[in-house]
Amino acid sequence: MSTPNASSVAPPEGGRRGLFRRRPAAGTPAAAARDRRRSKQHRRLANVAGLMAALVLTGVGYSALAPGASAADDSTGNPSNAVEAGRELYTRSCITCHGDNLQGVEGRGPSLIGVGEAAVYFQVHTGRMPLVRQEAQAPERPPIFSEEEIEQLMAYIQENGGGPTLPSGDLRAGDLAEGGELFRLNCAQCHNFAGKGGALSSGKRAPSLEEANDMVIYSAMLSGPENMPVFGDNQLTPEEKRSIINYVQTLKAQHDPGGASIGRVGPVAEGLVIWVVGIGALLFGIFWMGTKA
Amino acid sequence: MATNTVPGPRVGQPTSLAGKAAFEVDDRLIVAGPVRRTLNKVFPDHWSFLLGEIALYSFIVLLLSGTYLTFFYDASMKEVVYDGTYAPLRGIEMSAAYESTLNISFDVRGGLLMRQMHHWAALLFVASIVVHLLRIFFTGAFRRPRETNWFIGITLLVLAMLEGFAGYTLPDDLLSGGGLRIFSAVFLSIPVIGTWVYFTVFGGDFPGEVIIGRLYILHVLIIPAILLALIALHLLILVKQKHTQFPGAGRTEHNVVGNRLFPTFAAKATGLLFIVFGLCAGLGGLVQINPIWLLGPYNPAQVTAGSQPDWYIGFVDGGARIFPPWEIVLWGYHIPPVFWGALGLPGLMFGALAIYPVLERVLTKDTASHHLLQRPRDVPVRTSLGAMAITAYVVLWISGGNDLIADKFDLSLNAMIWFGRIGFLLLPPIAYWATYRICIGLERHDREVLEHGIETGVIRRLPSGEFIEVHQPLGPVDAHGHGELAYGGASVPKKMNQVGGARRAIRGFFTPIEEPAEVQRQAEVEARGLESEQASRELTGSGRPSEGGRPSEGGRPSEGGRPQDPRD
Repeated sequence: MSTPNASSVAPPEGGRRGLFRRRPAAGTPAAAARDRRRSKQHRRLANVAGLMAALVLTGVGYSALAPGASAADDSTGNPSNAVEAGRELYTRSCITCHGDNLQGVEGRGPSLIGVGEAAVYFQVHTGRMPLVRQEAQAPERPPIFSEEEIEQLMAYIQENGGGPTLPSGDLRAGDLAEGGELFRLNCAQCHNFAGKGGALSSGKRAPSLEEANDMVIYSAMLSGPENMPVFGDNQLTPEEKRSIINYVQTLKAQHDPGGASIGRVGPVAEGLVIWVVGIGALLFGIFWMGTKA
Repeated sequence: MATNTVPGPRVGQPTSLAGKAAFEVDDRLIVAGPVRRTLNKVFPDHWSFLLGEIALYSFIVLLLSGTYLTFFYDASMKEVVYDGTYAPLRGIEMSAAYESTLNISFDVRGGLLMRQMHHWAALLFVASIVVHLLRIFFTGAFRRPRETNWFIGITLLVLAMLEGFAGYTLPDDLLSGGGLRIFSAVFLSIPVIGTWVYFTVFGGDFPGEVIIGRLYILHVLIIPAILLALIALHLLILVKQKHTQFPGAGRTEHNVVGNRLFPTFAAKATGLLFIVFGLCAGLGGLVQINPIWLLGPYNPAQVTAGSQPDWYIGFVDGGARIFPPWEIVLWGYHIPPVFWGALGLPGLMFGALAIYPVLERVLTKDTASHHLLQRPRDVPVRTSLGAMAITAYVVLWISGGNDLIADKFDLSLNAMIWFGRIGFLLLPPIAYWATYRICIGLERHDREVLEHGIETGVIRRLPSGEFIEVHQPLGPVDAHGHGELAYGGASVPKKMNQVGGARRAIRGFFTPIEEPAEVQRQAEVEARGLESEQASRELTGSGRPSEGGRPSEGGRPSEGGRPQDPRD
């Protein structure tokens, strides 16, 4: 739409210079006044035209440089554009609580300086951010942003705040048994022995790892979201993190040799089963026998 | 065989092979009398009398499955490195106890099934004891002369809980180690002697190297032996004192109405035995319990979220969770809050249970012997006390699992704790009041039906224009039309169907097992006054001392009602 418009506006600019050359001879106050009026109109016209031209240029430049649907694969290859797009997304969805310079807003959201792309990946990929409402803890839900938009946000935060970055390679490349030992030492006290999650104080909780993929677990360890402590590379080396992920994912995929797992949450579920199923069935049984007497 | 020492054939000599064998046995052991008396023992046929038997049969499952587990279990805290079937633990240091339990689960044939059956049967054992206890409590079966058996029952419950706790600890996994740690803290919290008790039990710093071995011998020898002896005593006293029974037609303080041990009751009991076995095997085979391989070996530096005891210790855990963090100093001794929650509360509960029969006897001044049960509604105070105790117990129970409830139902854990604290104080009195009102209401309705008869649903308009509902009196009425029947402690019929107002229901629990036409014919026969049902029931003198301590004169109808010798 913009290109023909721009060309149609351009000729009056040349005409204005011609008018100025012809008119000075008139000299009368009325003519002068008309000239001033007309020149004002011309300036207005010129301003509009300039603005339009700038917009057109920006639009053309954007459409040429910004990643379109067909150019999605190139977005990671061109970081500065991803950063720009990330800024757009940030301005639209995050700025209210995290501030215009990632510095955070008192009473709404924390500073994002130093959290790195790992935190962005965890929070946005698990749908915790953008936050639905302020409560004890952000609940997990389907992500709002697409994978591509998450990458753009990650790029923007990484560029402007810095911090831990996402790992690459096989995230399960670690020793299974060692991962189990580390899991029981560092994770089980909140996430339960089988990663089923548990309650924390005041409505906060350690979520179940049932839905978590490798990268989510890794980025959670790196960034320490919500109440979780940060497990930096000094606390758990990348190899140890991969061992833990290996253990968690192996456990999740593992069959229960004893039968129905009843939630893998320990004796509370077992007590429920014995009272509801066990005693229930037997009371039914003896009642039945009683009617046979 | 020296024929000259045995008299020749005479009348009554057995002719069949089995009869001859039995004769030979009796000739040597002289058991015919006692065996006949035992086989003729009469059991009431109310379903609630089978609750204690569920406990007995699950105990048998426990003995059998537990014996199998001892073949493969190694009660040692020696450090070993696992190199077995379960890959995620290979190369991990663990105790020999944990390793042998892993081997039972993965390498011993039938081991996992046996472990799971054993655990489910243990949960069932304690649960059925509790249900049995509630039945005894609410029907007043603990009254004189049965206080001793009540007390033995309470002891059995406490021992069963200790036995369960010891068994819970034996696998030495992360959960059982956490439980042991709490147990050690409870020991330490005992004023004055806590430290000494702790070191006596653990023989050193936590966890030490002896505790698993000690708990093992407690679990497989000492407590089961005491349990077995007490169960035997429990049953002997039961046989000696005879069963209680619910009041009803033909039932008095001096007889027991029901079925003989052989064959009817033996068939029922065997059936129940197999039902309990089947349930334990079914749960053991289909539902996973205590997956120790997921929990990992115990390491005092580790703990898992949602560490809970088995259900029967849950109320102790709940008490410890909701007790406020008050550091109380008494006579210069500091008593930590865990003492009140974990020892004070169970001590109070079992203490109250143990002395309750004496308490009730003293407070009601009822010192007579009772063999007929009471309906819970007829003793509103006791029933309400029971409801109050159950409510308090359930609040503690919920509090024992409050973290899981908070997690699964999206609640705040803090809110759950305050629910426990306030609920423990507030809900029991409410339960008392509500139960009391319900009991009184039911009692009054019984009296009303006895006085005015059953509401027939037939509305009649009197010539004056007044509408009345026709009532069916249950018995003879006085000049005012009021029933003259007194309340006998038995269930009062309240529907016309229960007094023959309609054809009786077609029998069959799952599907009809009789023809409606046949039922109709029977009803007609009964209407002509021929009793068909009660003939098969036996009314039996129990030989229980009646007035003046003299044996009952009543013999069985089949013996022509002749007086019998005292049986016991």
